[in-house]
Amino acid sequence: MSHPVLIVGASMGGLRTAEALRRFGYVGPITVIGDEPYAPYNRPPLSKEVLAETVSHEAVAFEQRESTADVNWVLGTRVESADLEHNIVTDANGDVHPYSALVIATGLRPRRLNVANGELRGRHAVRTLDDAIALRADLKPGARVVIVGAGFIGCEVAATARTLGCDVTVVAPGISPMQRSLGTELAAEMQRRHEAKGVVFRLKTAVTDLVGESAVEGVVLDDGTTVPCDVLVEAIGSHENTEWLEGNDLNLSAGVLVNNDLRAMRQNGVPWNNVFVVGDVARFPNPAYDDDARQIEHWNIPTETAKRVAQVFTEQAQGEFRPIPSFWTDQYDNHLLAYGVLALADDVKLIDGDITGDCVFGYYRSGKMVGVCGIGMRSVVQSYRANFV
Amino acid sequence: MIKIDVDMAKCQHYGQCVFEAPSVFELNNDDKLEYTATADDSERANVEAAIDVCPMQAIRIVE
Repeated sequence: MSHPVLIVGASMGGLRTAEALRRFGYVGPITVIGDEPYAPYNRPPLSKEVLAETVSHEAVAFEQRESTADVNWVLGTRVESADLEHNIVTDANGDVHPYSALVIATGLRPRRLNVANGELRGRHAVRTLDDAIALRADLKPGARVVIVGAGFIGCEVAATARTLGCDVTVVAPGISPMQRSLGTELAAEMQRRHEAKGVVFRLKTAVTDLVGESAVEGVVLDDGTTVPCDVLVEAIGSHENTEWLEGNDLNLSAGVLVNNDLRAMRQNGVPWNNVFVVGDVARFPNPAYDDDARQIEHWNIPTETAKRVAQVFTEQAQGEFRPIPSFWTDQYDNHLLAYGVLALADDVKLIDGDITGDCVFGYYRSGKMVGVCGIGMRSVVQSYRANFV
Repeated sequence: MIKIDVDMAKCQHYGQCVFEAPSVFELNNDDKLEYTATADDSERANVEAAIDVCPMQAIRIVE
Protein backbone atom coordinates (compact mmCIF):
# COMPACT_ATOMS: atom_id res chain seq x y z
CA MET A 1 0.00 0.00 0.00
CA SER A 2 1.23 3.49 -0.76
CA HIS A 3 2.12 5.79 2.11
CA PRO A 4 -0.52 8.33 3.09
CA VAL A 5 -0.66 12.04 2.69
CA LEU A 6 0.34 12.93 6.24
CA ILE A 7 -1.17 16.09 7.68
CA VAL A 8 0.49 17.26 10.90
CA GLY A 9 -1.93 19.44 12.84
CA ALA A 10 -5.56 18.44 13.48
CA SER A 11 -7.11 21.87 13.65
CA MET A 12 -8.95 23.80 10.97
CA GLY A 13 -6.07 23.79 8.46
CA GLY A 14 -5.62 20.04 8.76
CA LEU A 15 -9.31 19.33 8.43
CA ARG A 16 -9.81 21.64 5.46
CA THR A 17 -6.80 20.11 3.71
CA ALA A 18 -8.24 16.59 4.09
CA GLU A 19 -11.61 17.80 2.79
CA ALA A 20 -10.07 19.67 -0.12
CA LEU A 21 -7.89 16.70 -1.15
CA ARG A 22 -11.05 14.61 -1.43
CA ARG A 23 -12.94 17.39 -3.22
CA PHE A 24 -10.20 17.64 -5.86
CA GLY A 25 -10.21 13.91 -6.41
CA TYR A 26 -7.40 12.43 -4.32
CA VAL A 27 -8.65 9.00 -3.23
CA GLY A 28 -5.54 7.63 -1.50
CA PRO A 29 -4.97 7.33 2.25
CA ILE A 30 -4.87 10.42 4.50
CA THR A 31 -3.58 10.48 8.07
CA VAL A 32 -3.94 13.50 10.35
CA ILE A 33 -1.84 13.74 13.53
CA GLY A 34 -2.75 16.29 16.20
CA ASP A 35 -1.51 16.92 19.74
CA GLU A 36 -4.86 17.97 21.18
CA PRO A 37 -7.26 15.18 22.21
CA TYR A 38 -10.16 16.76 20.29
CA ALA A 39 -11.44 16.40 16.75
CA PRO A 40 -11.03 19.69 14.83
CA TYR A 41 -12.92 22.62 16.28
CA ASN A 42 -13.42 26.30 15.59
CA ARG A 43 -11.25 28.60 17.71
CA PRO A 44 -12.75 32.12 17.30
CA PRO A 45 -15.77 31.52 19.58
CA LEU A 46 -13.37 30.60 22.41
CA SER A 47 -12.75 34.28 23.10
CA LYS A 48 -16.29 35.39 22.25
CA GLU A 49 -19.75 33.84 22.26
CA VAL A 50 -18.78 30.39 23.53
CA LEU A 51 -16.58 31.84 26.28
CA ALA A 52 -19.61 33.85 27.35
CA GLU A 53 -21.75 30.71 27.65
CA THR A 54 -20.81 27.06 28.04
CA VAL A 55 -17.42 26.04 26.70
CA SER A 56 -17.58 22.51 25.33
CA HIS A 57 -16.22 20.60 22.35
CA GLU A 58 -19.76 20.16 21.09
CA ALA A 59 -20.25 23.93 20.94
CA VAL A 60 -17.27 24.46 18.64
CA ALA A 61 -16.66 21.17 16.79
CA PHE A 62 -16.62 21.28 12.99
CA GLU A 63 -19.12 18.96 11.37
CA GLN A 64 -17.47 15.88 9.89
CA ARG A 65 -18.22 15.43 6.23
CA GLU A 66 -18.86 12.12 4.54
CA SER A 67 -15.97 12.70 2.14
CA THR A 68 -13.45 12.49 4.98
CA ALA A 69 -15.02 9.57 6.87
CA ASP A 70 -12.06 7.32 5.94
CA VAL A 71 -9.38 9.75 7.18
CA ASN A 72 -7.14 8.23 9.85
CA TRP A 73 -7.12 10.63 12.84
CA VAL A 74 -4.23 10.21 15.28
CA LEU A 75 -5.19 12.57 18.09
CA GLY A 76 -3.51 13.34 21.40
CA THR A 77 -0.16 12.73 19.71
CA ARG A 78 2.62 15.28 19.47
CA VAL A 79 5.14 15.05 16.65
CA GLU A 80 8.79 15.30 17.63
CA SER A 81 10.71 15.49 14.38
CA ALA A 82 10.62 15.18 10.64
CA ASP A 83 13.15 13.82 8.15
CA LEU A 84 12.18 15.30 4.82
CA GLU A 85 14.95 13.44 2.92
CA HIS A 86 13.48 10.12 4.00
CA ASN A 87 9.79 11.13 4.06
CA ILE A 88 9.15 10.28 7.69
CA VAL A 89 7.76 12.01 10.77
CA THR A 90 8.42 10.70 14.28
CA ASP A 91 5.97 11.29 17.12
CA ALA A 92 6.55 11.62 20.86
CA ASN A 93 5.82 7.93 21.40
CA GLY A 94 8.66 7.07 19.04
CA ASP A 95 6.28 5.88 16.31
CA VAL A 96 7.50 6.58 12.80
CA HIS A 97 5.01 7.81 10.17
CA PRO A 98 6.15 7.45 6.55
CA TYR A 99 4.40 9.68 4.03
CA SER A 100 4.03 10.21 0.30
CA ALA A 101 3.37 13.92 0.92
CA LEU A 102 3.55 15.98 4.09
CA VAL A 103 1.25 18.87 4.97
CA ILE A 104 2.48 21.07 7.80
CA ALA A 105 -0.48 22.52 9.72
CA THR A 106 0.94 22.90 13.22
CA GLY A 107 -0.10 26.52 13.67
CA LEU A 108 0.84 28.72 16.60
CA ARG A 109 0.89 28.64 20.36
CA PRO A 110 0.46 31.64 22.66
CA ARG A 111 3.48 33.58 23.79
CA ARG A 112 3.56 33.86 27.58
CA LEU A 113 4.84 36.53 29.95
CA ASN A 114 8.41 35.94 31.03
CA VAL A 115 8.51 37.12 34.65
CA ALA A 116 10.48 36.10 37.75
CA ASN A 117 7.40 35.27 39.85
CA GLY A 118 5.66 33.24 37.16
CA GLU A 119 4.72 29.98 38.90
CA LEU A 120 1.23 31.09 39.92
CA ARG A 121 -2.32 29.84 39.50
CA GLY A 122 -4.75 32.14 37.71
CA ARG A 123 -2.61 32.69 34.61
CA HIS A 124 -4.42 32.04 31.33
CA ALA A 125 -3.90 32.07 27.59
CA VAL A 126 -6.62 31.65 24.98
CA ARG A 127 -5.81 29.32 22.12
CA THR A 128 -7.15 25.84 22.80
CA LEU A 129 -10.47 24.49 24.01
CA ASP A 130 -8.84 23.48 27.31
CA ASP A 131 -7.53 27.05 27.69
CA ALA A 132 -11.06 28.41 27.27
CA ILE A 133 -12.59 25.87 29.67
CA ALA A 134 -10.07 26.87 32.34
CA LEU A 135 -10.56 30.60 31.74
CA ARG A 136 -14.36 30.35 31.75
CA ALA A 137 -14.28 28.75 35.20
CA ASP A 138 -12.44 31.81 36.55
CA LEU A 139 -14.59 34.52 34.91
CA LYS A 140 -16.95 34.97 37.84
CA PRO A 141 -18.93 38.19 38.33
CA GLY A 142 -16.82 40.64 40.28
CA ALA A 143 -13.55 38.86 39.50
CA ARG A 144 -10.71 41.28 38.87
CA VAL A 145 -9.40 40.40 35.43
CA VAL A 146 -6.22 41.83 33.96
CA ILE A 147 -5.67 41.24 30.26
CA VAL A 148 -2.16 41.77 28.95
CA GLY A 149 -2.27 42.60 25.27
CA ALA A 150 -4.77 44.73 23.36
CA GLY A 151 -4.92 42.88 20.06
CA PHE A 152 -8.08 41.19 18.83
CA ILE A 153 -7.95 38.29 21.29
CA GLY A 154 -7.26 40.57 24.25
CA CYS A 155 -10.08 42.94 23.27
CA GLU A 156 -12.54 40.11 22.63
CA VAL A 157 -11.79 38.56 26.01
CA ALA A 158 -12.12 42.02 27.60
CA ALA A 159 -15.58 42.44 26.08
CA THR A 160 -16.67 38.94 27.09
CA ALA A 161 -15.33 39.23 30.65
CA ARG A 162 -16.96 42.65 31.08
CA THR A 163 -20.27 41.27 29.79
CA LEU A 164 -19.96 38.48 32.39
CA GLY A 165 -19.66 41.11 35.13
CA CYS A 166 -15.92 41.02 35.74
CA ASP A 167 -13.82 44.10 36.51
CA VAL A 168 -11.53 44.37 33.50
CA THR A 169 -8.21 46.15 33.04
CA VAL A 170 -6.28 45.90 29.78
CA VAL A 171 -2.50 46.46 29.91
CA ALA A 172 -0.66 46.96 26.63
CA PRO A 173 2.36 48.75 25.18
CA GLY A 174 0.49 50.46 22.31
CA ILE A 175 -1.26 53.83 22.20
CA SER A 176 -4.71 52.31 21.65
CA PRO A 177 -6.21 48.82 21.35
CA MET A 178 -5.84 47.00 17.98
CA GLN A 179 -4.09 50.12 16.69
CA ARG A 180 -1.60 48.20 14.54
CA SER A 181 -4.47 46.49 12.71
CA LEU A 182 -7.18 49.15 12.65
CA GLY A 183 -5.23 52.40 12.46
CA THR A 184 -5.29 55.25 14.95
CA GLU A 185 -8.78 56.66 14.50
CA LEU A 186 -10.81 53.44 14.50
CA ALA A 187 -8.67 52.00 17.31
CA ALA A 188 -9.30 55.09 19.44
CA GLU A 189 -13.03 54.78 18.80
CA MET A 190 -12.97 51.10 19.84
CA GLN A 191 -11.15 52.13 23.01
CA ARG A 192 -13.92 54.66 23.73
CA ARG A 193 -16.55 51.94 23.21
CA HIS A 194 -14.74 49.61 25.62
CA GLU A 195 -14.36 52.38 28.18
CA ALA A 196 -18.07 53.19 27.90
CA LYS A 197 -18.66 49.57 29.00
CA GLY A 198 -16.35 50.06 31.98
CA VAL A 199 -13.06 48.56 30.76
CA VAL A 200 -9.95 50.33 32.12
CA PHE A 201 -6.94 50.68 29.81
CA ARG A 202 -3.34 50.98 31.03
CA LEU A 203 -1.59 51.74 27.75
CA LYS A 204 2.05 52.44 26.81
CA THR A 205 2.78 50.14 29.72
CA ALA A 206 4.43 46.76 30.19
CA VAL A 207 4.18 44.09 32.88
CA THR A 208 7.46 43.60 34.75
CA ASP A 209 6.43 41.00 37.37
CA LEU A 210 3.52 39.35 39.13
CA VAL A 211 2.44 39.51 42.77
CA GLY A 212 1.16 36.45 44.62
CA GLU A 213 2.12 33.47 46.74
CA SER A 214 0.45 30.53 45.02
CA ALA A 215 -2.16 32.35 42.92
CA VAL A 216 -1.76 35.59 41.02
CA GLU A 217 -2.86 38.60 43.11
CA GLY A 218 -1.58 41.46 41.01
CA VAL A 219 0.55 42.59 38.08
CA VAL A 220 3.46 44.96 38.50
CA LEU A 221 3.75 47.55 35.73
CA ASP A 222 6.85 49.31 34.47
CA ASP A 223 5.69 52.61 36.01
CA GLY A 224 6.04 50.96 39.42
CA THR A 225 2.31 50.62 40.11
CA THR A 226 0.56 47.33 40.84
CA VAL A 227 -2.87 46.39 39.48
CA PRO A 228 -4.59 43.87 41.76
CA CYS A 229 -6.09 40.88 39.98
CA ASP A 230 -7.60 37.42 40.45
CA VAL A 231 -7.38 36.37 36.82
CA LEU A 232 -4.57 37.14 34.39
CA VAL A 233 -5.08 36.66 30.66
CA GLU A 234 -1.96 36.76 28.50
CA ALA A 235 -2.85 37.74 24.94
CA ILE A 236 0.56 38.90 23.76
CA GLY A 237 0.98 37.14 20.46
CA SER A 238 2.26 33.75 19.50
CA HIS A 239 5.10 31.42 18.60
CA GLU A 240 5.10 29.20 15.53
CA ASN A 241 5.08 25.46 16.18
CA THR A 242 8.02 24.65 13.92
CA GLU A 243 10.65 23.21 16.28
CA TRP A 244 9.88 19.68 15.05
CA LEU A 245 10.96 20.73 11.54
CA GLU A 246 14.47 21.85 12.47
CA GLY A 247 17.39 20.24 10.70
CA ASN A 248 15.63 20.04 7.33
CA ASP A 249 17.18 23.06 5.59
CA LEU A 250 13.91 25.03 5.85
CA ASN A 251 13.61 28.76 6.50
CA LEU A 252 11.86 28.81 9.91
CA SER A 253 12.56 32.44 10.82
CA ALA A 254 8.83 33.26 11.04
CA GLY A 255 6.68 30.26 10.29
CA VAL A 256 7.73 28.10 7.36
CA LEU A 257 8.74 29.97 4.21
CA VAL A 258 6.90 28.59 1.18
CA ASN A 259 6.51 29.50 -2.48
CA ASN A 260 3.25 30.59 -4.09
CA ASP A 261 2.25 26.91 -4.44
CA LEU A 262 2.70 26.58 -0.66
CA ARG A 263 5.61 24.16 -1.07
CA ALA A 264 8.16 24.46 1.74
CA MET A 265 11.43 25.86 0.44
CA ARG A 266 14.99 24.89 1.22
CA GLN A 267 17.33 27.70 2.29
CA ASN A 268 18.53 27.98 -1.31
CA GLY A 269 14.95 28.57 -2.51
CA VAL A 270 14.44 25.14 -4.08
CA PRO A 271 11.08 23.75 -2.93
CA TRP A 272 10.49 20.31 -1.47
CA ASN A 273 8.18 18.79 -4.05
CA ASN A 274 6.05 16.84 -1.54
CA VAL A 275 6.05 19.14 1.50
CA PHE A 276 3.29 21.74 1.84
CA VAL A 277 2.32 24.25 4.53
CA VAL A 278 -1.16 25.54 5.38
CA GLY A 279 -2.70 27.96 7.85
CA ASP A 280 -1.12 30.33 10.37
CA VAL A 281 2.31 28.75 10.13
CA ALA A 282 2.71 29.30 6.37
CA ARG A 283 4.73 32.35 5.32
CA PHE A 284 3.70 32.83 1.72
CA PRO A 285 4.01 35.53 -0.92
CA ASN A 286 0.72 37.07 -2.05
CA PRO A 287 1.23 38.72 -5.46
CA ALA A 288 -1.92 40.76 -4.90
CA TYR A 289 0.27 42.93 -2.63
CA ASP A 290 3.99 42.55 -3.29
CA ASP A 291 6.84 40.02 -3.27
CA ASP A 292 7.16 39.85 0.52
CA ALA A 293 6.17 36.54 2.07
CA ARG A 294 3.97 36.98 5.14
CA GLN A 295 2.21 34.91 7.73
CA ILE A 296 -1.45 35.86 7.80
CA GLU A 297 -3.13 34.95 11.08
CA HIS A 298 -6.65 35.32 9.78
CA TRP A 299 -9.35 32.71 10.10
CA ASN A 300 -9.94 32.36 6.34
CA ILE A 301 -6.32 31.48 5.58
CA PRO A 302 -6.41 27.81 6.69
CA THR A 303 -9.32 27.22 4.31
CA GLU A 304 -7.73 29.16 1.43
CA THR A 305 -4.30 27.54 1.81
CA ALA A 306 -5.83 24.06 2.16
CA LYS A 307 -7.67 24.52 -1.13
CA ARG A 308 -4.52 25.70 -2.90
CA VAL A 309 -2.50 22.75 -1.59
CA ALA A 310 -5.15 20.29 -2.77
CA GLN A 311 -5.22 21.95 -6.21
CA VAL A 312 -1.42 21.90 -6.50
CA PHE A 313 -1.18 18.32 -5.22
CA THR A 314 -3.76 17.08 -7.73
CA GLU A 315 -2.23 19.23 -10.50
CA GLN A 316 -5.33 21.39 -10.90
CA ALA A 317 -3.91 24.69 -9.70
CA GLN A 318 -4.45 27.58 -12.08
CA GLY A 319 -2.81 30.96 -11.89
CA GLU A 320 -1.37 32.58 -8.83
CA PHE A 321 -2.43 32.07 -5.23
CA ARG A 322 -3.83 35.47 -4.23
CA PRO A 323 -6.19 34.96 -1.28
CA ILE A 324 -8.10 37.97 0.02
CA PRO A 325 -7.17 38.37 3.67
CA SER A 326 -10.32 38.93 5.67
CA PHE A 327 -11.08 39.16 9.36
CA TRP A 328 -13.90 39.94 11.67
CA THR A 329 -14.25 40.61 15.35
CA ASP A 330 -17.23 40.80 17.69
CA GLN A 331 -16.93 43.00 20.80
CA TYR A 332 -20.22 43.77 22.57
CA ASP A 333 -22.58 44.73 19.75
CA ASN A 334 -19.75 45.99 17.55
CA HIS A 335 -19.28 43.63 14.62
CA LEU A 336 -16.21 44.56 12.57
CA LEU A 337 -15.48 43.08 9.15
CA ALA A 338 -12.37 43.81 7.10
CA TYR A 339 -10.78 42.85 3.81
CA GLY A 340 -7.17 43.37 2.77
CA VAL A 341 -3.99 43.95 4.77
CA LEU A 342 -4.81 47.05 6.80
CA ALA A 343 -1.37 47.18 8.41
CA LEU A 344 0.22 48.03 5.03
CA ALA A 345 -1.56 51.39 4.95
CA ASP A 346 0.19 54.76 5.18
CA ASP A 347 -3.14 56.60 5.15
CA VAL A 348 -6.54 55.79 6.69
CA LYS A 349 -9.77 57.65 5.92
CA LEU A 350 -13.37 57.47 7.09
CA ILE A 351 -15.20 56.72 3.82
CA ASP A 352 -18.76 56.16 5.00
CA GLY A 353 -20.99 56.45 8.04
CA ASP A 354 -20.35 58.14 11.35
CA ILE A 355 -17.41 57.34 13.62
CA THR A 356 -19.67 57.18 16.67
CA GLY A 357 -22.06 54.71 15.02
CA ASP A 358 -21.73 52.35 12.07
CA CYS A 359 -18.85 53.39 9.84
CA VAL A 360 -16.41 52.26 7.15
CA PHE A 361 -12.71 53.11 6.91
CA GLY A 362 -10.49 52.82 3.84
CA TYR A 363 -6.79 51.93 4.17
CA TYR A 364 -4.38 53.20 1.51
CA ARG A 365 -0.73 52.71 0.59
CA SER A 366 0.67 55.28 -1.81
CA GLY A 367 -2.90 56.22 -2.69
CA LYS A 368 -3.96 52.63 -3.56
CA MET A 369 -6.55 50.93 -1.37
CA VAL A 370 -4.99 48.01 0.53
CA GLY A 371 -7.80 47.40 3.00
CA VAL A 372 -11.32 48.25 4.13
CA CYS A 373 -12.89 47.82 7.55
CA GLY A 374 -16.38 48.58 8.78
CA ILE A 375 -18.47 48.43 11.89
CA GLY A 376 -21.77 47.23 10.48
CA MET A 377 -22.56 48.66 6.98
CA ARG A 378 -21.97 45.29 5.32
CA SER A 379 -23.07 46.29 1.83
CA VAL A 380 -20.61 49.18 1.77
CA VAL A 381 -17.75 46.99 3.06
CA GLN A 382 -18.63 44.25 0.55
CA SER A 383 -18.69 46.75 -2.30
CA TYR A 384 -14.95 47.33 -1.84
CA ARG A 385 -14.09 43.61 -1.68
CA ALA A 386 -13.59 43.46 -5.44
CA ASN A 387 -10.62 45.84 -5.00
CA PHE A 388 -8.69 42.98 -3.41
CA VAL A 389 -9.51 40.11 -5.77
CA MET B 1 -32.33 18.73 -3.51
CA ILE B 2 -30.37 19.86 -0.49
CA LYS B 3 -31.95 21.56 2.52
CA ILE B 4 -30.14 24.52 4.02
CA ASP B 5 -30.44 25.76 7.56
CA VAL B 6 -28.97 28.96 8.95
CA ASP B 7 -29.02 29.45 12.71
CA MET B 8 -30.27 33.04 12.74
CA ALA B 9 -29.44 33.32 16.45
CA LYS B 10 -25.79 32.86 15.51
CA CYS B 11 -25.73 34.72 12.17
CA GLN B 12 -24.17 38.19 12.38
CA HIS B 13 -24.89 39.01 8.73
CA TYR B 14 -21.23 39.14 7.71
CA GLY B 15 -22.35 38.03 4.25
CA GLN B 16 -19.27 35.95 3.42
CA CYS B 17 -21.57 33.15 2.20
CA VAL B 18 -22.96 35.44 -0.48
CA PHE B 19 -19.73 35.28 -2.48
CA GLU B 20 -19.60 31.46 -2.39
CA ALA B 21 -23.24 30.64 -3.16
CA PRO B 22 -24.91 33.76 -4.57
CA SER B 23 -27.93 31.85 -5.81
CA VAL B 24 -28.70 30.73 -2.23
CA PHE B 25 -27.61 33.62 0.02
CA GLU B 26 -28.00 37.38 -0.23
CA LEU B 27 -27.90 40.45 1.96
CA ASN B 28 -31.14 42.41 1.71
CA ASN B 29 -31.53 46.20 1.68
CA ASP B 30 -31.18 46.28 5.46
CA ASP B 31 -27.91 44.27 5.28
CA LYS B 32 -29.65 41.24 6.77
CA LEU B 33 -29.04 37.74 5.45
CA GLU B 34 -31.73 36.04 3.40
CA TYR B 35 -31.44 32.55 1.93
CA THR B 36 -33.38 29.88 0.09
CA ALA B 37 -34.26 26.90 2.27
CA THR B 38 -33.63 24.41 -0.53
CA ALA B 39 -31.30 24.27 -3.50
CA ASP B 40 -30.44 21.93 -6.33
CA ASP B 41 -27.84 19.19 -5.66
CA SER B 42 -25.52 20.99 -8.04
CA GLU B 43 -25.26 23.78 -5.43
CA ARG B 44 -23.82 21.45 -2.77
CA ALA B 45 -20.17 22.38 -3.40
CA ASN B 46 -21.00 26.09 -3.29
CA VAL B 47 -23.02 25.75 -0.10
CA GLU B 48 -20.21 23.73 1.49
CA ALA B 49 -17.83 26.55 0.54
CA ALA B 50 -20.29 28.99 2.15
CA ILE B 51 -20.27 26.86 5.31
CA ASP B 52 -16.47 26.99 5.30
CA VAL B 53 -16.30 30.79 5.14
CA CYS B 54 -19.08 31.58 7.63
CA PRO B 55 -17.37 33.33 10.56
CA MET B 56 -20.13 32.28 12.94
CA GLN B 57 -20.35 28.70 11.57
CA ALA B 58 -24.10 29.22 11.43
CA ILE B 59 -24.84 27.37 8.16
CA ARG B 60 -25.65 23.66 7.85
CA ILE B 61 -26.82 21.33 5.12
CA VAL B 62 -29.66 19.28 6.58
CA GLU B 63 -29.61 15.87 4.88
